[in-house]
Amino acid sequence: METTLKRSYPNALGYNRSDYLGLPTTLCKGCGHNSIANMIVSACYELELQPEKIVKFSGIGCSSKSTAYFLDRSFAFNGLHGRMPSLAEGALFADRTLKGIGISGDGDTANIGLSQFKHLVRRNLPMVYIVENNGVYGLTKGQFSATAEKGLKLKRQGENPYLPVDIALEAVAANASFVARSFAGDPKQVKELIKAALSHDGTAVLDIISPCVTFNNQDYSLHSYSWGKGHEAPLHEVEFVMPREEITVEDFENGTVREVTMHDGSVIVFKKLERQYDPTNRTEAVRLLEQAIRRNWLITGLIYVDPNAPTIFDMYSMSSESLNRIPAEKLRPDRKALDMINLSFQ
Amino acid sequence: MQINDFSVTFSTINGSGSATANNTILRAISKMGVPVSARNIFPSNIQGLPTWYNLRVNAAGYKGRQEHCHILVAMNPETVAADLEKVVEGGLVLINEEILLDELPAGMKKIPMPVKMLLEASKTPTNLHIYLANMVYVGILAWLVGIDLEKIEAALQYHFDHRQSAVEPNLKVVKIAFDWAHQNLANPGDYKLAALEHAENKILVDGNTAGALGALFGGLQYAAWYPITPATGLAEALNEYIPKLRTDPQTGTTNCVVVQAEDELAAIGMVVGAGWAGLRAMTSTSGPGLCLMAEYLGLAYFAEVPIVVWDVQRVGPSTGLPTHTSQGDLTFTYFISHGDKDMIILLPGDVEECFEFGWKALDIAEQLQTPVIVLSDLELGMNIWEADPFAYPDHKMERGKVLWEKDLETLLKKSGQWGRYQDIDGDGIPYRTILGNLHEKAAYFTRGTGHDEFAHYSEENRDWEKNLQRLKKKVESAKKLVPPAEVLNEEKGRVGLIAYGSTKMSALEAVAMLNRSGRQVDFLRIKALPFTDEVETFLKTHDRIYIVEANRDGQMRQILNVNFPDYAAKLRSAARCDGLSLSAEWIVSQIEKMEG
Repeated sequence: METTLKRSYPNALGYNRSDYLGLPTTLCKGCGHNSIANMIVSACYELELQPEKIVKFSGIGCSSKSTAYFLDRSFAFNGLHGRMPSLAEGALFADRTLKGIGISGDGDTANIGLSQFKHLVRRNLPMVYIVENNGVYGLTKGQFSATAEKGLKLKRQGENPYLPVDIALEAVAANASFVARSFAGDPKQVKELIKAALSHDGTAVLDIISPCVTFNNQDYSLHSYSWGKGHEAPLHEVEFVMPREEITVEDFENGTVREVTMHDGSVIVFKKLERQYDPTNRTEAVRLLEQAIRRNWLITGLIYVDPNAPTIFDMYSMSSESLNRIPAEKLRPDRKALDMINLSFQ
Repeated sequence: MQINDFSVTFSTINGSGSATANNTILRAISKMGVPVSARNIFPSNIQGLPTWYNLRVNAAGYKGRQEHCHILVAMNPETVAADLEKVVEGGLVLINEEILLDELPAGMKKIPMPVKMLLEASKTPTNLHIYLANMVYVGILAWLVGIDLEKIEAALQYHFDHRQSAVEPNLKVVKIAFDWAHQNLANPGDYKLAALEHAENKILVDGNTAGALGALFGGLQYAAWYPITPATGLAEALNEYIPKLRTDPQTGTTNCVVVQAEDELAAIGMVVGAGWAGLRAMTSTSGPGLCLMAEYLGLAYFAEVPIVVWDVQRVGPSTGLPTHTSQGDLTFTYFISHGDKDMIILLPGDVEECFEFGWKALDIAEQLQTPVIVLSDLELGMNIWEADPFAYPDHKMERGKVLWEKDLETLLKKSGQWGRYQDIDGDGIPYRTILGNLHEKAAYFTRGTGHDEFAHYSEENRDWEKNLQRLKKKVESAKKLVPPAEVLNEEKGRVGLIAYGSTKMSALEAVAMLNRSGRQVDFLRIKALPFTDEVETFLKTHDRIYIVEANRDGQMRQILNVNFPDYAAKLRSAARCDGLSLSAEWIVSQIEKMEG
């Protein structure tokens, strides 16, 4: 937080950090979602993105409300519960120079929206898809979501009888091209991962454990601050380097750094910790996620990335101009075309 | 002798290739210039269940379904007994001679068809015989009623896209059967065709294809859909014609995208996203899919997103009769989604209007910034109809009140402010910006929750009410844009008949029959909701008004009652839902019964 507050000077595009702000939050004090919104602001500012070139999407829930709390100068569509992916799949075709940021919650993604989430991932629509995951329904005041762990107790719900859905594992299973997990209590990592996600050409899934301070912050809960702090097992330290910046990794010895070059030429630098982990290996990603479930780790970092996976736009051969700027006369075939059609039915 | 006025029912087995034979006959007769129509009555099945093809020749151009046929072509032993009940007295029965039949009801003439013998005589490859068997009845019927063999050949050339390897064996069987009939049968001569001049340039096309083409000529840019009978053909026609109509021949790139969604929830979500982003967007579905789309339709209405939804109606409720037609979705569509709202509904009555409303719906949606639902049905959508060539759109594309960078700058200079939901012109329709507009004041937050004129979140009671009242104003604006209701014969009498959609076909005929019998009945065809002024005038100027429709509860009457309670006592319902389109005979019988 400190680092972001210090920066009040304009970025290379001439925007101040304040140009990326949204409205004041109406979420609870201490909510993990606010911290994430803050990191989105910082990431966009540091990446020198034009706010007007970002489009925000969300579904329904506390997390989905938070799209109002960053990037006020960006278009936004707060859609239906669990059905934000389809909105984005329609809208982002209109202008492929725009970047989509979708904010969802665990109920929005893993309960009502599981189908749309997985189909979005499988189509690889270029956008950032953040799940602010707290294992609980907040706006309806404290019911289990599908990511809540078995045995979790909530005031009016009793004990959760079901096994949880692992969003990162679901994403990998659906052939996601970018899957990361982070913890709202680790803002620096959240920010770097958002920057990496924004530079990814494909669906970038970020499952961020974001504790609900009101309904699910019990110390033993997998979605609490104290559990997260005690169990976080970072895969690596992540640093995002923009295309025109020089990579200067100073404090690490040779062999402890790995780089993945993204589609736009930017580089994600992984500074290895104890674990040897290769985020470009899908089989390895599945194994790691399985292991994390069994061992009760909160694995954070970039779990899987394929910077060159074909996107949904590669599957259509579209004219290079923005679809929504094409003038009417180019959209309506001429009379001769209709004459031919009529003739073909005779 | 009946010339150019008779009907034929072809009774076959689903999956036996009868569609080729039936379509050949339809096209050949059409090519003779004789007005002809046909409908497929088919099961929800891939192969094995009975299927019927009802073909009607009518010099006056009436296309409505008939309760009886003059000629039965019986190729299905399972149904022959029931099929015979539909044949008129003195009718002809062409029957595969292998079908055992005790005796024919009195007054019918039997013409046994030696299908197997003729196939063998044709010396066509034995492995093709199952596909060629139906060509036997094509040949015999051609001889019987006088279908020009040259026209049959032309129809086969069309059907097989001039693939001679397919045309030849089919034509061979037709000719062998024709010659056999000529040499061995005495032609009763009861039903005959006589070539006419006027209809030479008619086209033959189904409503789904017509709707898709209309949309493509309307500048459609984005369609998302999920497979469902009977709407699937619409999206598939988009796929078929985009390469021809909307792809740059130089670069091979397209400006129209079709996405097959994971379900209808997603299909409509995609379309709402695309419409919001300034693309001309459309989805197509049928009743069950429309149910899944209800919530997004409400959001599109409230968030003021232009989209077009085609509902090709089948029989509901529930899974219902997926391959049978009805007009049962009208009230659902009108009242769809929770809360107060108004849906714009277009009601095409023929394939020409499927094309016309295909492009018009996109204009209206963008002009009003609201969803437009086009209610077609299986009858229109999946049957091939004879029609006039499609007319090129008679006015330019209307994109509605869209502000790009310069427009917004001009507006801001003039008014100092712009709010996404401000009613600047007093017509209830605000100005919208579209994503990609890089003006720093262009962006706004779209939501399904309460908002003020500036798109800011608001739970203020006054904001909510004001916004909802403004939305209501759009209905008045809509009345100026939707196709007006049409009085189809000169208004003279005190009795009126109202019909809409595909029921137009039999209603036209019913009105003529009633008028011939001395009852003056005036006919109003409704083409859209909200009701245009012609509707109230018609209600006002008639004493008794019969609303004719293919659903159980008289849904148009219900909506008329709601809109015009003062006239409710005048309205009478002639409504029926059995999976078939209404026949003129049935409509006449209902009105005669109620008129007394």
